[in-house]
Amino acid sequence: MDPEIVLCADRIVTRYGGIEALHGVSLSVRRGQVVALLGANGAGKSTMLRTLSGLITASLGSVHFLGEDITRVPAHRLPHRGLVHVPEGRRIFGDMTIKENLDLGSFTLADDAERRRRLDHVFELFPILARRHNGDARNLSGGEQQMLAIGRALMAAPKVLLLDEPSMGLAPQLIREVMNIVQRLNREGVTILLVEQNSKVALKFADYGYVLKAGRIVLEGNGGDLASNDAVISAYLGGAAV
Amino acid sequence: MTLDLVIQQLVNGLIVGSFYALIALGYSMVFGVIKLLNFAHGDIYMSGAFVGLIVFSFVGIWVGNGWLGVVCALLVSMLAVGLLGVVIERFAYRPMRSAPRLSILITALGASMVLNGAALALTGGRHFAFNTDLGFAGVDISAVHITYTQMVLVAASILLMAGMQAFVSRTMYGKAMRAVSIDMGASRLMGIDVDRVIALTFFMGSALAAGGGVMAGAYYGSVHFFMGFIMGLKAFTAAVIGGIGSVPGAMLGGLLLGLLEAYGSSLPFVGSEWRDVFVFGALILFLVFKPTGILGRSIVERV
Repeated sequence: MDPEIVLCADRIVTRYGGIEALHGVSLSVRRGQVVALLGANGAGKSTMLRTLSGLITASLGSVHFLGEDITRVPAHRLPHRGLVHVPEGRRIFGDMTIKENLDLGSFTLADDAERRRRLDHVFELFPILARRHNGDARNLSGGEQQMLAIGRALMAAPKVLLLDEPSMGLAPQLIREVMNIVQRLNREGVTILLVEQNSKVALKFADYGYVLKAGRIVLEGNGGDLASNDAVISAYLGGAAV
Repeated sequence: MTLDLVIQQLVNGLIVGSFYALIALGYSMVFGVIKLLNFAHGDIYMSGAFVGLIVFSFVGIWVGNGWLGVVCALLVSMLAVGLLGVVIERFAYRPMRSAPRLSILITALGASMVLNGAALALTGGRHFAFNTDLGFAGVDISAVHITYTQMVLVAASILLMAGMQAFVSRTMYGKAMRAVSIDMGASRLMGIDVDRVIALTFFMGSALAAGGGVMAGAYYGSVHFFMGFIMGLKAFTAAVIGGIGSVPGAMLGGLLLGLLEAYGSSLPFVGSEWRDVFVFGALILFLVFKPTGILGRSIVERV
């Protein structure tokens, strides 16, 4: 296999809640890329991410990460290996402090000095988290919670980051801010698989994109090509491309 | 109520309250991580008392019936019964984790009956004496004699609970425990082995109940297969009053319940046979007017 392909899904079939949600989805992510996975609500985007990160096990097909088969590796073993998933809806630990949330992001790390370094990096990226690190995470605004969710994932020092709809529910200005951070992380060497309903936002800087519809990839191509092919995307996304 | 009686009941209330608190803590922690009312928890406490008595009788041959024997019984019982809790979780509750909530509740009732029935079969339902020789030395406050044993029991309970609180708030595994109780799925994405954290929670909760069992057995001088039943109900009450799922809440609830029972049953025209009325009356009042308890937070679903 091409060593530049860091994450590769091959003909994934996933059943979820008794029904088949993915009918043979293949995609590959190359080192250093930003890859967008687009699709309307219910197309199977989140199910795909959950399959990649081991929260759900595929019924058929395989997932390879850095050349190793991780199809049946449980979710909790993957962050340590560098595959980190920021789930839909942020899923921060509201009753815990911001600092505790970040600590948990590096749960599998034994080296406290390294944890400190990562924490400094996150605080530098998101100064708001540094200012309020002793406050409960529940008191953050939606945008700040998204920053915390991303910061928490960064504490695991990801090689590949799976981002599930980071723009969801955010004001346009905040979306820009979050996307700038995503781009910066990518420049720092983190490979990114970005799930979005908002294709305009995602294709602005994605190297490559896939469009998922009803559990199948119906369109793929370079980010620029897909962006200029807006009419096609709008059709597939059911008019959801804002 | 005379001042002597006030002081005397303060001592009684704190002692029985710290037993309640130790047991409520395990109840509350287990509820926190898997949202299960572990009905077997009172029987775990009873098992702890019996294991403690067995160890105490054995080591008594060499070290006598004093403090050393009690401490040995306490430590061995906490370890053994902690593991019993892990085994119960592994074989009774884990297979039911994705089943409907009612099924796992019935499983917990079953686990309670198994422990209770086994203890009945093994002991023939007899009371066993837990004969310690801890002395009656102590201090006198006004006309009330407080033994060193009573002080040590309360101090030991507080120490165990403070240790638990420090574990939950400071260590990585303690944070993981809280994370699992908030969001199991997100916890897995942090790299937390949820099964292991749940097993650890059962170990610690069961060990605390066993500690309470040994202390209560040694203090009252008797153990019995049915001692866990009413204790389990009262610990549940303490957990509800404090705010179920909250570690400081369980401690507070336990101590308050002990004091309520002690002072309530010493009111004029009210005998000690009324103490359970106070306990379960308080439970009903809290369930109706403040179901989240004193320190519990209402659960708000956020999208």
